[in-house]
Formats: sequence, structure tokens, C-alpha cells
Amino acid sequence: MTAQPDTVTTRVRTAQHPKARQSPAARAAARAGGGAVRAFLVLVGLFWLMPAFGLLISSLRGSSDIAGSGWWQVFTRPAQLTTENYRQLLENEAITDSLLSTVMITVPATVLVVMIGALAGYAFAWMDFPGRDWWFLVVVGLLVVPVQVALVPVSKLFGVVGIFETTLGVVLFHVAFGLPFAIFLLRNFFAEIPRELLEAARLDGAGEIRLFARVVLPLGAPAIASLGIFQFLWVWNDMLVALIFADSESAPITVALQRQVRQFGNNIDVLAPGAFLSMVIPLAVFFAFQRQFVSGVMAGAVK
Amino acid sequence: MAPTASGGPAGAPAPPVDKRRSTARRHRAVAAAFLLPALVLLGALVVYPIGYSLYRSFLDRTGDSFAGLDNYAAIFSDDTTFTAVKNTAIWVVLAPTVATALGLIFAVLTERVRWGTAFKLIVFMPMAISMLAAGIIFRLVYEQDPDRGVANAVWVGVHDTFSESAGFPKARPLPVHPLEAGEDGAFVTKEPVSASVSVRLPLIGVSPARMPSDARPAREAEPAADGTVTGTAWLDFTRGGGGAPNAVDPAELGLKGIKVEAVKDGEVVASTRAGPDGVFTLPASADGATLRLPGENFREPYNGVNWLGPTLVTPAIIGSYVWMWAGFAMVLIAAGLASVPRELLEAARVDGANEWQVFRKVTVPLLAPVLVVVLVTLMINVMKIFDLVFVIAPGSAQDDANVLALQLYRSSFGTDADLGLGSAIAVLLLLLVVPVMLVNIRRLRRESRR
Repeated sequence: MTAQPDTVTTRVRTAQHPKARQSPAARAAARAGGGAVRAFLVLVGLFWLMPAFGLLISSLRGSSDIAGSGWWQVFTRPAQLTTENYRQLLENEAITDSLLSTVMITVPATVLVVMIGALAGYAFAWMDFPGRDWWFLVVVGLLVVPVQVALVPVSKLFGVVGIFETTLGVVLFHVAFGLPFAIFLLRNFFAEIPRELLEAARLDGAGEIRLFARVVLPLGAPAIASLGIFQFLWVWNDMLVALIFADSESAPITVALQRQVRQFGNNIDVLAPGAFLSMVIPLAVFFAFQRQFVSGVMAGAVK
Repeated sequence: MAPTASGGPAGAPAPPVDKRRSTARRHRAVAAAFLLPALVLLGALVVYPIGYSLYRSFLDRTGDSFAGLDNYAAIFSDDTTFTAVKNTAIWVVLAPTVATALGLIFAVLTERVRWGTAFKLIVFMPMAISMLAAGIIFRLVYEQDPDRGVANAVWVGVHDTFSESAGFPKARPLPVHPLEAGEDGAFVTKEPVSASVSVRLPLIGVSPARMPSDARPAREAEPAADGTVTGTAWLDFTRGGGGAPNAVDPAELGLKGIKVEAVKDGEVVASTRAGPDGVFTLPASADGATLRLPGENFREPYNGVNWLGPTLVTPAIIGSYVWMWAGFAMVLIAAGLASVPRELLEAARVDGANEWQVFRKVTVPLLAPVLVVVLVTLMINVMKIFDLVFVIAPGSAQDDANVLALQLYRSSFGTDADLGLGSAIAVLLLLLVVPVMLVNIRRLRRESRR
């Protein structure tokens, strides 16, 4: 985890090799090679865009057009494009409710992970208590535990407590499995805070809580942002946890759409715009917070 | 990473012993309060379930009696679960390798172009979306019908470019027509043809919608004076009725592109294709030959590959995974690449190494640690793969595409759940990641000792 977070947008330019050393023939070869590289990258880029582009176009075609022909037909018949599917989707309460449920799950699960993880991360970084290092090793060990291990036991436990198939249950599960990474990330970040800063605040008479709220949290903002974005996307995009711990009332959009997939083929006019709608927020978050997202991905490379 | 020594925030001047003890106790209380929410959640929802799954994996289906290692044995003896084991192995080998190799190639190549950033954004973007959305995207891509699924549209396009495209499946002559069925689905003329008479090759049974879009109304060919054999191959069917059989009526279309062969004594002496109006011309050598419309004209059109059928479903889903995760490998490797000293690469180039040698002998060895991290991360990730398989594999192919995490879900929550088996799979998944867990812990201890 020593690699410095680097955004997609910042990068080190390759030094060009000294032109003077090369023969004209070598230079021509290099130029042709550069052309081939560019052409290759353009092709790969288009290839990579195509699947998602196909979904977008499919979501903008009427159901009879979808049934009869491929999305690439719009290149010759752009009149096929219509927002009708989206209009109908937004009138479909099952979908709009599930979108709301996604928000109701994602926001608390993100806020709670950040709060609880920050408290514990601070304790692990700066408080003195017996067995501190051992406890932290346990947390690090939990980083890679697959959620699958907990599905059955936790559904039984939630059944006993009475929060099985509720939003609260889904949220708590996400928080629990987000915590090891949150604690790991924040503890490491908080540990870098200069000791003098904390000592100075203590001498000024600040208690642990004030210290935490006024000094540690503001200084930890970059790490908290990374964690928040990462956790947000993770929960927003989850399907498996919600499939088990949510009922139809509290099911997020992923589960609502998954139920539709069973009739795949004759409901693409619902699936395609639904899938696209579920992607809008994550993509917006991704583009707006690339830097934090990438550093979260880097820090979480073991998760 | 410089974690604090275990000293912690020990205060300034030493207070009297009594007070110090009470301060220490208060510190502990505060620390406990800070840790409590995290420890309760982790204990109840992560640690306890591990223990429970372990315990439950040794009980039978009902949970009433001890089953020893039976559940673990069942994973490898039962056909369905063993398919899941095999597929998971395929996944773990294939998906991380392909994603990392692509990531490496992309990372190295994007360093050389000015718009490398835009390219990286495009490849990295799928990481932000859900596996469900990616699954729906690829269900569309892999649709069987080449008119709807882009993968098959491209595949069929390529296929038809390199092999004869079939034009007129189900086309056939009427009894009154001068054609009869030959071998291998071909149709041959009942009589040998002559250069002095225009040959008629009428067929029926092609739906007008499936005729080539550029086929034009058929034209009766003129007998040629130079000894060549001429004729017309056309669809002897007038829409709405009214046409006479075995006559070229005005509204009837030429069988554009249909292949016509002249056969003498079983040997093909000449062949040609009909024009848009169905007219064809054969050289004089065809005079007196039998004309044959070979079977390749009438084969069913190539319908592409059954991507989500039993044999290809796993590689197809792995393709969608690579689409999502190659960007992850690329970004991590690019970050590693940025820290490779430029002078080393330059030195190798000055020494006369070509780009490939620089890549093989300098760049890749220097990136080895990053490549290992990427591979291991992807492997852990792939072991738990669930959503993509669950969404992309159609119901009929779910058994063929089965993976451990999917089987766990089915065993635990399906209609005939077997919690013993489900728990055993859960424990197996956990065991697979334990080595990584230990490496993480060891690395952390090493760092904190420094």
C-alpha cells in the first residue's frame, strides 16, 4: 500500500527518447509504430464503450423496435429514438420506490461507516489501551472475509432480533462489512497526523471528543472522502446483500431489476432504461470524484 | 506508513500516582466508548458468523445431527457443486490473468499518447457501475439473434465475409418447373440446356421480406448469338397472385446472387452468379450441360454463436468481468509505472534495446510487485463472483455457469436449501482467502516494527 494515489487525469509523461541518436529509418519506424499504437487504442476505446453505448441506445428505442432489430439501426434511422421508456419507467412505482430504497440504504450505510470507522480508527491510532495492536491485527484480518460467509448466520440472527427483511438490517450488514476497510484506511491516515498538533490541542484543555471532532476529523477529510465515495458506490451497486436482507418494500433498484431479468427478452424497454437509471448516480460520483475514487481503490486493493 | 509506536498519547508531566491511575482508567473508558460500535458490529455480523458457519458446516441438512466432513465431501462429489468448483477454478485462473495482461498493455501504451487520460477514463468507467447493470449490458451484447445481439451481429458479419452467405433457404421449384431436386440440397435442370434457348430457372418459397433488398424485377434473358448460355433465375411468385407459373411476370424478382453451375458428366465446367434481375450468362462450354443450383444457395443463414449456451457461457461471462475490471488493473499498474525511474528505461534504450526488450527486460520486472498485488486482489474478487453469473447466465444455463458463490446462494436460500452444504461452501470460500489474510497481517506487523 505504498503506491501513491494517482488520479486517472494526472500522470507522468514519458520522456521522449533522444531523437538525435536515431537514424531517419528508425524515426520513421517509431512514427509508424506510434500510429499503430494510436489506432489500436482508438479501436479498444470504441470497443470498450460499445456495450454501455448499446444499453443507452436500447433504452431510447420503443419496445417494438427493440424486439425487431439491433440498437445499431439508429444510425440509419435516428427517428427511432424516444424518451417514452423513461417516461413510463418514472411512472412505474415499483422502480421509483426501489430507487428511493437504494438512497435510503446507501446514505445511512455510508454515513455510519464513516462515523464508526473514524471513531475506531482514531482509537487505534492515538489511544492507549491493552491489546491495541492485537485488536488492530484482527481488524486487518477481517479485510478479506467474503460476505458470503455471513449470509446465513446473519439472516438467522436478524430473524431473532426482528430486523430481517428491513432497511435497517441491510444497512447494518453493509456497515459491518465496510468497517474493516474503513478502520484500516482511517487508522493509517490518522496515524500520520503530527503528534505535536494533538499535544497542543490537549494542552489547550481539549477532551478526546473535542479533539476528535475539531482536529482529527478535519485533518482526515481526504481519507474520509475516499472512504465515503468507495463505500457509497459499493453499497449503491450491491445486489447480493439486498437480495437476502431486504423484502420487496425495502428492495433497492438492483434487486427490483434483477427480478425483471428473469423475463429477459420481452422487457428490455424496462430493463435497459432501469439499468441506465441505476448507473447515473454512480457514474456522476465517479466523474466528480475520480481522485478520491482512485485513491480508495488503491487503498482497498486487498479487499 | 509510519504507525505510532505503542506509546500513544501519554500526557506531559507525570501527575501523582493516584491521579495517574484514574486518568488511565478514564482513558480506557473513552477508548472503549470509541471502539464499542465498531467492535459490536464486527463481532456480531462478521466474527460470530464465521464461527457459526464453521459449526453449521459439520451438521447435516436439517441441522439435527453431526455430519462430520460429509458436507465438504459433497462439494466435490455432487455434480452440480463440482461444476461450481471447476468453474470457479477457471474463473480464478482466467479472469485475473486476462484483466491484468490487458491492464499492463493499456498502461504501457497510454503513456505514449497525449489523450491517454481519456482512454483510461473509458476503460476505468465500468468499475463504477453495478455488476447487475453490467450483467444487463452483456445480456444485450450476447443475445443469440444476430439482428439484436451485437456480439453475434459482428460474428456473423465476419463469418459471412469469409464464407459464402446463404441466400435463399427453403426455396424450391414447382413440379411444372424445369428444375428437380439433386444431391446435397441442390436443384438441377431436368434437361440439358442449349445456347440457342434462354434458360428458365424459377423457384418459389422465398418470403419477399427475405429477398435481397437490391433484387430487381426479373427479366427474360435474350438468347445470345455468340454461343454463350443465358438464362434467368427468378422467384416465380407474384405477390397478391396473378402470375403464371414458369413465366417471368412483371412483378417477380430476380434471385440476385444465386450461384449457377454448368455440369457435364458430373464435372463443373462453368459457374456464375445471377445479376439483380436474375439474368446470368455462362460461357459456350456450358452448351449441352445440365445446370445446377448448388445446395449452398439454400442453406439456413449462419446464425452466430450461442454465447450463453452450455459450452461458452463461462468464458462469455468472464469477458464481461474483464470489461469491468481491466481498468482497475490498468490504473494500479499505471501508478506503478509512474514510479519506474525513467533513467533506467533510457539507459536500456541507449544500450540499443528495442521497445519490446525494454518492456520485457526492464519494465515488467520493475512492475512485478504491482502485478502481484493486482493479480491477488483480482483473484480474491473473482472467488466471490456472484452477480454477473446470476444475471447473465439464463435459467437454462445456470447449472453450466455455476460458481461457488452462486451455489452457496442456491444451497442456502433456494427452494430445497441445504444449510450444511451452504455453510461448507462458505467455509471453503473463507479458507481460500486465508493465505491473503495472513500475508496482510504479516505485512502490517513488519511495517509497525519498523
